[in-house]
Amino acid sequence: MSEAILDIPLDSTKTAINPVEPYLRMDRMPHIWCPGCGIGTTVNCFARALESSGLNLDKVAIVSGIGCTGRVAGYANLDSFHTTHGRAIPFATGLKLSNPELQVVVYSGDGDLFAIGGNHFIHAARRNMDIKVICVNNLTYAMTGGQTGPATPTEVISATSPYGVFEPSFNLVQLAEAAGASYVARWTTYHVKQLSRSMEEVLHKKGFCFIEVLSPCPTLYQRRNKMGDGLDAMKFYKEVSKVRHGAPTSECALTRAGEIVVGKFVDRDRPDYLELLNRQMTATLGDRYATPEVTCSEG
Amino acid sequence: MAKGQVAITVERCKGCGFCVEFCPTHVLALSSAFNSKGYHPPHVVSGEKCSGCDLCGMYCPDFAIFGARHAR
Ligand SMILES: Cc1ncc(C[n+]2csc(CCOP(=O)(O)OP(=O)(O)O)c2C)c(N)n1
Ligand code: SF4
Ligand code: SF4
Ligand code: SF4
Ligand SMILES: [Mg+2]
Repeated sequence: MSEAILDIPLDSTKTAINPVEPYLRMDRMPHIWCPGCGIGTTVNCFARALESSGLNLDKVAIVSGIGCTGRVAGYANLDSFHTTHGRAIPFATGLKLSNPELQVVVYSGDGDLFAIGGNHFIHAARRNMDIKVICVNNLTYAMTGGQTGPATPTEVISATSPYGVFEPSFNLVQLAEAAGASYVARWTTYHVKQLSRSMEEVLHKKGFCFIEVLSPCPTLYQRRNKMGDGLDAMKFYKEVSKVRHGAPTSECALTRAGEIVVGKFVDRDRPDYLELLNRQMTATLGDRYATPEVTCSEG
Repeated sequence: MAKGQVAITVERCKGCGFCVEFCPTHVLALSSAFNSKGYHPPHVVSGEKCSGCDLCGMYCPDFAIFGARHAR
């Protein structure tokens, strides 16, 4: 693909490269996401968070499950793990436990993380596993055709709910808090600066962290519901979102067209899984317990 | 003189319009021209108003645009 930087070359040719490019596998662009899909915007925010975090990128790994969002792992210029559907968290857990110095990020969709992967999510949160979970919530199973998932609000028309969803949906931020997450926030793809800041924050926070990002899926969610295109979704987010830091997550359930409460809801410290494990092993076994040496991270 | 400039990689754009809508100073508009994939990329209509804030760059889902401030 020929790529011309158009219109106005920047004064310095040195700066004439998009600041996110070093964080992405540019040889894989253009990506598969539809015009107006919000997943790319979340990745854009993530790339900027990686940059401002100052982390050594050799010590950051990204793990995705399956779905449109699941493709993120393949586009991030990090050690990536594109795992099986719903199993991003167990793979990430293994990665973290075998190489605790890695910062492990799970980046996946609402269906992947909360339907087939729902059990993994609650138990990783309960254990306060030191992984950072970013959920792109487009309120549907997009990749497979827009079926009803556990985050699809009632009354929404989907491929499997032609008369509208009648079953209640999960409130993801409430679920995360109740299960024990150390950090819980929600943004939309309209809130690029806040989202990027939250992502940076969790990259420096210990324990199980969860960020939900509402994101447009014009192709398979909005079309059936006459909600317009990606830009219409962005304008809708701008119009109906209310920033309420510290809001009780029980008051943050999403509906088809109602208010979207965004902000940071939970930020607390409790010992993480590895800390508790090491504490008990050291107390019980003393000198006989040695944390395993990691030899696979260099090179 | 404008405080910044914006750079557009036309061939990577999918014409979503996010950059046009959320540029705080309305520097951009979608062009009537097509790129080779058939999308209408943005072009600069009020370059002198660009602050180089890079908000367009943050919104772009296709990594096709970014702004930069002029060195002072
Ligand atoms: C074990 C298994 N079951 C079902 C599927 C089919 N499948 C692929 S992606 C997907 C849903 C993805 O939804 P979500 O995680 O919300 O991602 P999105 O595409 O919406 O970003 C399903 C059910 C699969 N790949 N593997
Ligand atoms: S189907 Fe929806 S979620 Fe998947 S790439 Fe297209 S707009 Fe994005
Ligand atoms: S850099 Fe800022 S002011 Fe310039 S076009 Fe982009 S959003 Fe508008
Ligand atoms: S945000 Fe990106 S993809 Fe969308 S119109 Fe602007 S340059 Fe094109
Ligand atoms: Mg989904």
